[in-house]
Amino acid sequence: MAEPIIVADHVSFSYDDEGPQAVRDVSLTVQRGSFHAILGQNGSGKSTLAKLINGLYTPGAGKVTVCGMDTQDEKNTWEIRRRAGMVFQNPDNQLVATVVNEDVAFGLENIGVPTEEMPGRIEKALRDVGMLEFAGRAPHTLSGGQKQRVAIAGVLAMQPEAIIFDESTAMLDPQGRREVMAAVRRLNREQGITVLWITHFMEEAVECDQVHLMHEGQIVMSGTPKEIFADAAKLKPYRLDAPPMARLAQRLRSQGMPIRQGVLTVDEMAEEVARLCR
Amino acid sequence: MALNDITLGQYYPGDSAVHRLDPRVKILLLIALIVAIFLAGNLLAYVPVILFLGLVSSLSKVPVKMMLKGLKPLRFILILTFLLNLFFLQGETPLLNLGFAVITKEALITAVHYSLRLVLLVLASSLLTLTTPPITLTDGLERLLSPLRAIHFPAHEMAMMMSIALRFIPTLLEETDKIMKAQTARGADFESGNLIARAKAMVPLLVPLFVSSFRRAGDLAMAMEARCYHGGEGRTRLRVLKCGKLDYIACGCVALLIAAVVLCGKVY
Ligand SMILES: Nc1ncnc2c1ncn2[C@@H]1O[C@H](COP(=O)(O)OP(=O)(O)OP(=O)(O)O)[C@@H](O)[C@H]1O
Ligand SMILES: [Mg+2]
Repeated sequence: MAEPIIVADHVSFSYDDEGPQAVRDVSLTVQRGSFHAILGQNGSGKSTLAKLINGLYTPGAGKVTVCGMDTQDEKNTWEIRRRAGMVFQNPDNQLVATVVNEDVAFGLENIGVPTEEMPGRIEKALRDVGMLEFAGRAPHTLSGGQKQRVAIAGVLAMQPEAIIFDESTAMLDPQGRREVMAAVRRLNREQGITVLWITHFMEEAVECDQVHLMHEGQIVMSGTPKEIFADAAKLKPYRLDAPPMARLAQRLRSQGMPIRQGVLTVDEMAEEVARLCR
Repeated sequence: MALNDITLGQYYPGDSAVHRLDPRVKILLLIALIVAIFLAGNLLAYVPVILFLGLVSSLSKVPVKMMLKGLKPLRFILILTFLLNLFFLQGETPLLNLGFAVITKEALITAVHYSLRLVLLVLASSLLTLTTPPITLTDGLERLLSPLRAIHFPAHEMAMMMSIALRFIPTLLEETDKIMKAQTARGADFESGNLIARAKAMVPLLVPLFVSSFRRAGDLAMAMEARCYHGGEGRTRLRVLKCGKLDYIACGCVALLIAAVVLCGKVY
């Protein structure tokens, strides 16, 4: 089951030849069906890495392999983009069509799916993200969270094996963020779709399998959320804050409450407090 | 200024037989209709055209007021056409002597003829745009023009551009509204002053709008590529246009109309 689906092997990339490298010697392996998060402050190279994986850019050095295909080989480009779809940050700038279901069809049209097959795939994709009842709506009449879920459906209809989310919740309100997060978690759990979740919200990274921390184009830390967030002091040099519950635990501990290490989510915190009160 | 209640194009939603016609057929029939209008050699020949347009518009259930709205911007040209023909054409049978000009019967007939032609042309085209959503129209045009790809005419690209424009017009309007409010809050004044002052006031509106449009375009291109877009080559479509019985009937009607127009022109 631990078959690697996305592999970056000592990858470097710079936007112009003289300029600094936006991604520097990055190695990364994402297993099929897992949920990985990439954290990092603005300009740390997260989007660049995502675009390298999707074949939008090709590495200057090193090698990116998606589902066993080298992104450097132009023959693979379309198949890589189908299998490893991408959802971007701005909900307004990634929907193409004037009606929701036609937007979901856009990718299918591009890869030449027969017309008879489309309605079924569109319906399933929209149902999977809970947007089926909006199939006939115009994108500009939807909320940000709904637009992002339509964008996810557009990728989903192409039956991808992995989806890369590049700060897809950054422009949403808390409600929209929860909606999108919930939809993505469900896809990961129920359909085994591999997720690479790029974000700078710590609380979104706590529930995933692996966290990678990027800083100035490099991956400086990798590990489970518990390992990464165990020590808030270690995050300081990268100008990142520990997730809210980890910070709360820290403060409670300094007040003399023996909260155990590794409490990261609200649920875990509630459990821990209940345990201590008993 | 409320920008969000601008409706796109002049589509009048409905589910009539006219609405349901294949857009390609509708476009071709409009061309045929225009030919028919130009073929009409005399006033009598307009009778079948007027009857036909009346029939189609009542079938489409588009309110007459909406139909006539299309004529409003043309009212000056219409009046001008009429008056110029009326006063300056030479004829044989004088009707009225105004001193400075003599209005003849022939001039009157020609004046009516040309103005009527203009009115009918506008009404016929309005019927198409009133009963066909812009995106469907684009689709129809793409299919009709696609044979021209052989001579490198970018039919697909044009249609894609049109449809992206249609998708983003509401988004850009929203944004314009937002920027205007933001600038107004900072004391900008878009509504008073002379033309030059108002044009100047638009600069702080247009600059951010342009900048953000370029960013949008870049983002969108990236997103389209990520979704495997690579031009019209090998592309399938969700909506395929199919001609049905209705379309054949419509073609038949227009054929009959042309015959009637030609006949009327001969009889007179
Ligand atoms: N199109 C571009 N041309 C030139 N340089 C770029 C381009 N895009 C990004 N860069 C530079 O590459 C570096 C990494 O940018 P990148 O967009 O990958 O960061 P990021 O981690 O995604 O940041 P953010 O959190 O702001 O999205 C930055 O220094 C940035 O200035
Ligand atoms: Mg980014």
